[in-house]
Amino acid sequence: MNIKKYLKIYSLFLQTSIASELEYKTNIIIDFITAILSLIGSLFLLTIFFQSTDNIGGWKFEQALIIQGIYTILNGITNTWFNPNLTEIVKHIREGTLDFVLLKPLDSQFFISLKKISPSGLLEIILGVALLLYCTGINQININIGFFILCLTTLLCSILILYSLWFLISTTTIWFVKTWNATEVLRSFLYIGRFPLNSFSFSLRIFFSIFIPIAFITTIPSEVFLGLAQLWKILLEIVVSGIFFIVSRRFWLFALRYYTSASS
Amino acid sequence: MSYLNRNKIITLLKVQYSNMLEYRVEIALWAISGIIPFFMLNIWTNNNLNESINLSNVMLSRYFLSAFFVRQFSVVWVVFTFEEDALLGKISPYLIQPLNPFFRYIAQHLAEQITRFPFAIIIALIFFIFNRESFWVPNIGIFLLSCISTFFSFLIQFLIQSIIACLCFWTEKASSVERLFFIPTLFLSGLLAPVISFPEYVKSWIYITPFPYLIDFPANLLSGNKTNIIEGFIMQLFWISILFPTFRKIWSMGTKKYTAMGS
Repeated sequence: MNIKKYLKIYSLFLQTSIASELEYKTNIIIDFITAILSLIGSLFLLTIFFQSTDNIGGWKFEQALIIQGIYTILNGITNTWFNPNLTEIVKHIREGTLDFVLLKPLDSQFFISLKKISPSGLLEIILGVALLLYCTGINQININIGFFILCLTTLLCSILILYSLWFLISTTTIWFVKTWNATEVLRSFLYIGRFPLNSFSFSLRIFFSIFIPIAFITTIPSEVFLGLAQLWKILLEIVVSGIFFIVSRRFWLFALRYYTSASS
Repeated sequence: MSYLNRNKIITLLKVQYSNMLEYRVEIALWAISGIIPFFMLNIWTNNNLNESINLSNVMLSRYFLSAFFVRQFSVVWVVFTFEEDALLGKISPYLIQPLNPFFRYIAQHLAEQITRFPFAIIIALIFFIFNRESFWVPNIGIFLLSCISTFFSFLIQFLIQSIIACLCFWTEKASSVERLFFIPTLFLSGLLAPVISFPEYVKSWIYITPFPYLIDFPANLLSGNKTNIIEGFIMQLFWISILFPTFRKIWSMGTKKYTAMGS
């Protein structure tokens, strides 16, 4: 792996895909409005929940806002990178163009995971960061270097888990050809990441910690942000994200052995 | 608009139904992706949030189950199909046929709903296994009325999306407008929280908009929660009577504007 080469290629990917996305300028503006409305909607739902109670699952409104912020950032990342690229896998496999990807002297996972970028999710990332900054104010969190590094690490880990989940499901396309709706199922489950894990019943909590690790994706980073997370949770998060990434990588290489191009 | 006889309708439905049966797994997965109302129910009852709106756990779980059903049978995706057809120029042969292409799309949706039906029933059965006390059988009159109101909800959403789809004649990507429109539908229709739980400043104007009649009204009807039946139907018909002529107008404007791709 030559990192310099990959960085150069990635900057080329960025240029081409941004250039092509800018063709649809009104589209980007509409997507920006969608992102803002979506955040307003989530906050609206949260205020409905807090109308009659001052905590859900032990989280106060100001603390639940942190989860909302982290969810918004992750959703922005999904919309910017994962969604445009990984829906492309389906197309590659259906039309047999995966052949061209495999023939390139490049890592195929690198190519299909990062080829495209859709600027519409960037605003969501900014909104999420802004919400988090606001949260540091109302929750009186003092930011220092250690805190910052810890937050960034857990956030990176959750991005890695999220990516691996998306990539795992998209990889199954090699066998099932059409998996658009499988990603829809994932999307609707991830929706739960907007709320604290503790607000669900015990059985669902187990489900969302093991099968779809929403606990690791939004709850633990939020706890770190609040300074509530114990060290073992952070370490566990790092281990889990590592496992997820390795599994998704292995699964891709395994699946490729079953790839038999279109029409052959 | 062409004359639609019974044979045409039956043939259209048959063709689309056998088409949809090919995608059973897809549709099953899609049905599963609609289970968000159950997660919401879990948050509501687990935190006793329903006490403030005077709904018992049982009534609330019936509400969310009904919301799940109404959503299952009113999901509309015409804009995505239409966008693809318009971009690839598939619309051209459809336009030559003596049948408005939207009849084809309606038949696709109905066929998809029929395919979806057994999966929705299975999900409901699993729900009842875990929540035995919330099982209920609505009386036949109420059941029929809620079927009609669900169909009206489907029609309202179908018309709105068709109007959005017609924007394809002017711009290439109409689906982003649909995604924008989906946000208020998601938060205001009652899929995530019943409309009676909304704060006063929203409740004061929301009943004039089409949103509560998409999920909240049919779901309340089906689950036996309190709702104003006559007002609900009047508002549904009111919105259909506004949207239908708008669609006709924009469709005729759009088809005049249409230049087949690649020509």
